[in-house]
Amino acid sequence: MAGTDPIHQFVIEDMFPLFTVGGDGTEGSGLHFAFTNSSLFMVATVAIISLYLILSTGAQRVVPGRAQLVSELLYGFVANMVRSAAGTQGMKFFPLVFCLFAFILTANMLGMVPYFFTVTSHIIVTFALSMLVFLTVIIYGFYKNGPKFLKLFVPSGIPGYILPIVVPIEFISFMSRPISLSVRLFGNVLAGHITLKVFTGFIVTMSSLGFLGILGSALPLIMAIALTGLEFLVGAVQAYVFAVLTCMYLNDAIHPSH
Amino acid sequence: MVTQAFAQEAVTPTEENLDNATDATHGEPVVGLTGQDDPTAGTHATTAASEDHGSGVFPPFDPATFPSQLLWLTITFALLYLLMSRVALPRIGGILENRKALIDADLAAADASREKTDAAIAAYEAALAEAKSKAQGIANTTRESIQSDLAAKRSAVEADLTSKVTAAEARISATKTEALTHVDEIAADTAQTVVTQLIGDIPTDSIRAAVAKASKE
Repeated sequence: MAGTDPIHQFVIEDMFPLFTVGGDGTEGSGLHFAFTNSSLFMVATVAIISLYLILSTGAQRVVPGRAQLVSELLYGFVANMVRSAAGTQGMKFFPLVFCLFAFILTANMLGMVPYFFTVTSHIIVTFALSMLVFLTVIIYGFYKNGPKFLKLFVPSGIPGYILPIVVPIEFISFMSRPISLSVRLFGNVLAGHITLKVFTGFIVTMSSLGFLGILGSALPLIMAIALTGLEFLVGAVQAYVFAVLTCMYLNDAIHPSH
Repeated sequence: MVTQAFAQEAVTPTEENLDNATDATHGEPVVGLTGQDDPTAGTHATTAASEDHGSGVFPPFDPATFPSQLLWLTITFALLYLLMSRVALPRIGGILENRKALIDADLAAADASREKTDAAIAAYEAALAEAKSKAQGIANTTRESIQSDLAAKRSAVEADLTSKVTAAEARISATKTEALTHVDEIAADTAQTVVTQLIGDIPTDSIRAAVAKASKE
């Protein structure tokens, strides 16, 4: 029943086993590294972004063509996002935010193609990306501000007797950022793909029930079509949300006293 | 990868897997990552044992797939970052900057041209005003000279005419007085002739005296 199993689309399969670190040589022990279907779509994502951006801007025309204009708009969109959320000083993180936005957006859009694997539907990927942001914020925050970075947990203009309550709250909210950031993206993509698969599965199941079933399968079909549009929207919005939150967290590292 | 691994693990007794896991713990830490291996292997074994054969865990939460995903995410994302930060983004930024510089330069050139045009218009208007005033001046001087010339000529002509008139008047009066002097003579002649016709010859002097006496009365 793999055809209508909504979980099957998330299964990772080895394409070429690479090597195993540690373990005792038996199956399942140690850290097994392989080139998987997930790896393939990561490579495809990066290839699409890089090839498009590099090829479309090759001519470096003053009056852009359509392809070059798309690249320029993407650049301007992310640059404005970084500048408005993290200021001009935040522009040194522009390549990072741009890569995150482009990677997540492209991976989400690729995932909408039937039979394609969705890279961002795995918590480890979104968590790794959010840890990248989190660690960048912490390392750069301490590197740039030194101990003053801890002011982040002490909001200014708060009376001293409230601080014992506020500081732990600020600390917890700061530490939970990578979790919320990764789970938001992962959850949206995963839930969307499962829902889509469930509704399309209904179509197959119902249409095998005879004439009335075929008539009735129009309902899940309509739902599936609507959900497809919604999932494209969700994919784009989640990439945007991830990038915007990254900018806001980076702003904390640049200007810790808020 | 997952399904195969679990199928095989499920066949083998759970304890063996646990032993493997503990072996890995005691074995030499080859890489820093090896430490993460233990819980991974442990979960494998327990989940595989608790689940039905072949079904495995929910794929996104399957730790066996994590190393590969992290490895390839690192490779691909690092490559993307390199390509973006070294090639694509500087290039697009350069295009945008070039365009901005070009537009600014064009605007500046347009501004300069407009200023030049304004200056030219001002110069033209100044020259026009100057020419107008000069023309007016010329017209004025010409008119004045003509008028003065005319006035001089007229006065000359008038003076001439007056002199002529006075001369003529003088002549007329002279002629008149002369003529008047001749009147006595004519009267005397006439009287002599008349008297001669009437009474015969008489001395001219007496006649003249008589005429003068008559004309005086």
